[in-house]
Amino acid sequence: MDEVMIAALLVATLRAAAPLVLAGLGELVCERAGVLNLGVEGMMLVGAVVGFAATITTGSVWLGLVAAMLAGAAMAGVFAVLTLGLAANQVASGLALTIFGVGFSALFGAPYQGHPIPGLASVVFPDLSRAAPLVQQVLLIDPLVWLALAAPFVVARFLDRSRPGLILRAVGESHEVAHALGYKVLRIRTLATLFGGAMAGLGGAYLSLAYTPMWTENMVSGRGWIALALVVFSTWKPVMLALGAFLFGFVTIAGFQAEAWGIPLAPNLLATLPYLATILVLVLISRDTLRLKLNAPAALGKPFHPAG
Amino acid sequence: MAVLAPVLAPVLAPVLAVVLAALGAALLFAALGRDPLACLHTLFIAPLADRNGWSELALKATPLLLCAIGIAVGVRANVWNIGAEGQFTMGAIAGGATALVLGPAGGWYVLPLVLLAGIAGGAAWGGVAALLRTRFNAHEILVTLMLSYVAIQVLGWLVRGPMQDPEGFNFPQSRLFDPSALLPALFEGGRVTVAAVFAVLTVPLGALLLGRTVMGYRLRVVGLAPGAARYAGFSERGAVWFCLLLSGGLAGLAGICEVAGPIGQLMPSISPGYGFAGIIVAFLGRLQPVGIVFASLLMALLYLGGESLQITQQLPLAATGVIQGMLLLFLLAADVLTLYRPRWVRRRAHG
Amino acid sequence: MASSARLAPPRLALRGIGKRFGVTVANDGIDLTVAAGEIHALLGENGAGKSTLVKIIYGVQQPDEGEILWDGVPVTMGDPNAARALGIGMVFQHFSLFETLTVAENIALGLASREPIAALSGRIAATAARYGLAVDPGRPVHHLSVGERQRVEILRCLLQEPKLLIMDEPTSVLTPQEVEGLFAMLRRLAAEGCSVLYISHKLAEIQALCDDATVLRAGRVVAQCNPRTTSPSHMAEMMIGRALAAAPPRVQSAPGAAVLVAEGLSLPAEDPFGTALRAVSFMLRGGEILGIAGVAGNGQKALLAALTGERPAPRAEDVTLAGVPVGRKGAAARRRAGLAAVPEERLGRSAVAELSLTENALLTGTEGDFAAHGFVRFPLLRRFARGVIDTFKVVAAGEAATAGSLSGGNMQKFIIGREMGHAPKVLIAAHPTWGVDVGAAQAIHQALRDMAAGGVGVLIISEDLDEILSLCDRIAVLHGGVLSPAQAVGTVTIDEIGLLMGGMAHAA
Repeated sequence: MDEVMIAALLVATLRAAAPLVLAGLGELVCERAGVLNLGVEGMMLVGAVVGFAATITTGSVWLGLVAAMLAGAAMAGVFAVLTLGLAANQVASGLALTIFGVGFSALFGAPYQGHPIPGLASVVFPDLSRAAPLVQQVLLIDPLVWLALAAPFVVARFLDRSRPGLILRAVGESHEVAHALGYKVLRIRTLATLFGGAMAGLGGAYLSLAYTPMWTENMVSGRGWIALALVVFSTWKPVMLALGAFLFGFVTIAGFQAEAWGIPLAPNLLATLPYLATILVLVLISRDTLRLKLNAPAALGKPFHPAG
Repeated sequence: MAVLAPVLAPVLAPVLAVVLAALGAALLFAALGRDPLACLHTLFIAPLADRNGWSELALKATPLLLCAIGIAVGVRANVWNIGAEGQFTMGAIAGGATALVLGPAGGWYVLPLVLLAGIAGGAAWGGVAALLRTRFNAHEILVTLMLSYVAIQVLGWLVRGPMQDPEGFNFPQSRLFDPSALLPALFEGGRVTVAAVFAVLTVPLGALLLGRTVMGYRLRVVGLAPGAARYAGFSERGAVWFCLLLSGGLAGLAGICEVAGPIGQLMPSISPGYGFAGIIVAFLGRLQPVGIVFASLLMALLYLGGESLQITQQLPLAATGVIQGMLLLFLLAADVLTLYRPRWVRRRAHG
Repeated sequence: MASSARLAPPRLALRGIGKRFGVTVANDGIDLTVAAGEIHALLGENGAGKSTLVKIIYGVQQPDEGEILWDGVPVTMGDPNAARALGIGMVFQHFSLFETLTVAENIALGLASREPIAALSGRIAATAARYGLAVDPGRPVHHLSVGERQRVEILRCLLQEPKLLIMDEPTSVLTPQEVEGLFAMLRRLAAEGCSVLYISHKLAEIQALCDDATVLRAGRVVAQCNPRTTSPSHMAEMMIGRALAAAPPRVQSAPGAAVLVAEGLSLPAEDPFGTALRAVSFMLRGGEILGIAGVAGNGQKALLAALTGERPAPRAEDVTLAGVPVGRKGAAARRRAGLAAVPEERLGRSAVAELSLTENALLTGTEGDFAAHGFVRFPLLRRFARGVIDTFKVVAAGEAATAGSLSGGNMQKFIIGREMGHAPKVLIAAHPTWGVDVGAAQAIHQALRDMAAGGVGVLIISEDLDEILSLCDRIAVLHGGVLSPAQAVGTVTIDEIGLLMGGMAHAA
């Protein structure tokens, strides 16, 4: 295997991981505030299709990305109204959001099915000709992959070092205490939920605007759920989440490469790999109940009634 | 009002949700440039115009009912099996394999074995999630869902590989099952099979389980107050195993009844999302077996109407999915508005 | 009255405060005046409206009527931030602390300033030293004892340089020695000019500490008095509204055979916030009441779980029930062998809020009694539930009422009645009168005494020392998961018990 192949593998891994990192970080922030939104899959699908449609309509990938974030946030807004405003069950509401998102994206996206677009261009560096081939390859990654590489550190710094981050963690730890201290629990949770939706929308749009780039029905194919599993895997730590996502990206890419490496595997069985890997990872991390208990936001998924 | 509230409240929210979802659907049709009233008529009324329509309704309600009863028992015990789609698929695979192997031999015993294999396949797929939850604490929501994706891919592989019909012109599908492995029709001329009877039977059994038995009582306590269940010595692991095996088995039965019924063979796509829709049905039916009967009929009607919309109004089938999603979203909202209020007042009174 | 004689307006004055929740009147026309530098007691039993009133003062809840004057100026407290901005600090009975965050982070969240954690840590250490409140700013709260947690709460208030400090039942979680330290700190604070509003129902403490007292009953002010000159029994009468009948002397039955024995029982902590049990041994005889005292968080939860079988012990012989080793058995098996338990929390623990009393009766009912072939025999169960309701005068809308609709005291009476109805050999009760009004508490204590008189071995695990001293024959103290040897109640002094509770077993 030569340098260029390694670089290509690395880039492919990063690209496969980027949507997981983006959506996972959004959900991580949301969960650190105490909100469990199982609607990531639905929000990603809606982000993917809206981003795609906006790109075709406006001709700008960037406007497409913005539209995808807004669409994801709008979905999260519905979730916030249900679970935060009306204190509905978070698990059921998240499932509802996903079911709705699957249907909505399929309906809304039907006219765009199979429509090709140029996709997200990579960042242009002035002169790469003198750089090593490996560096050349790696620097060709698109801006969202750069974002996926940088965002975990930004989010980690926000959560661990900033005062708003401290308040957000506090709300996720105990809404009663945060409320007693005078913090606006519902407002903070709503903002975190909206952020989670916007990031999921962005992650979905990465799939339809950069990764594929085209819209096909149900194209997120479980990545939203994998992102949710990654949040547990990371024990709610952003950098760990990114590492987990890269591992997943690698498993996915390795699957595609298997045939080239002389390992024959039916395409359908190959496709099961990320799901099996998710289960494996969940099993490995969850068996350490003590560690989960110490790191999980204590108020995760619990409804809050400010009146009580 | 005070006397009527307990009677009305459980029905109020689903009815409100259905009305709101119908309104939402009308808006959706209008946005898509169709006549909303005509579409609503096609969706809710036209499918039931004739005898065949009712037969098709029963046909579609059957798997929904089977999946939803199992899911509902689970949710009552706070065990969230959202992978009924995968257990449905595994039931179809296990039962289908049995049918393909034993079918040619014929004999009265083939069909019972096919059905049992279907139940076992679904239960085993649910059992994997139960094992991972009880042994390793891996949450069943994510595991059952991941296993659904796996099951669907495995089916896709089987019908393109080991189970492919050698004389099928390389189409991804198995041989047609032999008649000995097929469920008899319930009445002549209709596609609905005796599977509908199985489904109807689960309703009183489910109601009995939840309302009258010690097991059902324990499941409810585990779901309502895990702390009280530990205090009483009711096993949470036991509840997880019971619920996932039961709901997996019922979903598996639904799966085998589809492939050994109206479909008659294995192919890559055997369900228009019955397992996922079963979640909506379970909630719409208030997690109560009797309620689930009505909910599954309504959901079946949505499927039928969706197909008619596709034919008569050229609307994508996905419109059904949107309406299903709206239904569940509105239900959750309506639930809170009708049920949460009295609880809120009570809490305050003691606060 | 002392405060009206002064020229400066009082620090805090409430005029006609009223607050209702639905049909319940929590506060009705309450007047209250606290002068600068005064330690003022707010006295009343559970449900008298104390909590609501302080929540109004602290801005957590808004009054329906009346006005609040601060240094003579009318103010509205929209939320706790507004109250804190005025200089009001509050230490809640249930601490407002985040378990996984550090002391400094917890304190930072209570302050409005955006001071960096490092700088804040320095200020915390300085203030802590000044008032003798030793804590390490960098430690996560879940590592702290209850007493230390209270210090964090107090420090959080002190760093805001409060003019009024509200303390809600602060001593219920402290050892007698820690109480002395707390009082010294409060007196010093008052001497520096800070007012203290001290909420309690413990009359001896109020006498020792407070300058003035306001007594609440059923949401109204029923009296104002000088606690130094008013007798405790008179204050109790004002608080309860009638004279308390003294409990009849217990008929001491001859102690029977050992019914519950723990022998070197050790159990690791269940979670990172828990305490492990270390070689706990005791013997409970039929007919006696044994009390296990101790400050919260010293292994009470683990002990209860290990004794009831919620968490089986490592070895069978660790726990012996009526002569049978049951250490490895689960809760259901131990219950069948004659053990009954009443944990501290009711809803969600010993009862399910959403279920009817009939269904709640089944929670600990053994299958032979209330089920046949796996089916519940509801008629029998209903009769049993009705019997408990009648015998223990449980105020409920019949046996079909949900557990959540009952008051705490009535629910506890139902639960104790239910457990007695199963005719156990041993009853373990954890703080059985927690959050219960005085009348129900008396009834519950009487029921426990009656059970012991009937030959049942009764074990009380309670953080409320008064409860143990008034109820038990023998007392042992749990500290850091270690149980001291049991001693007859009459033979130990409060000081000795306090030292044991503080973990200084051999210093005495």
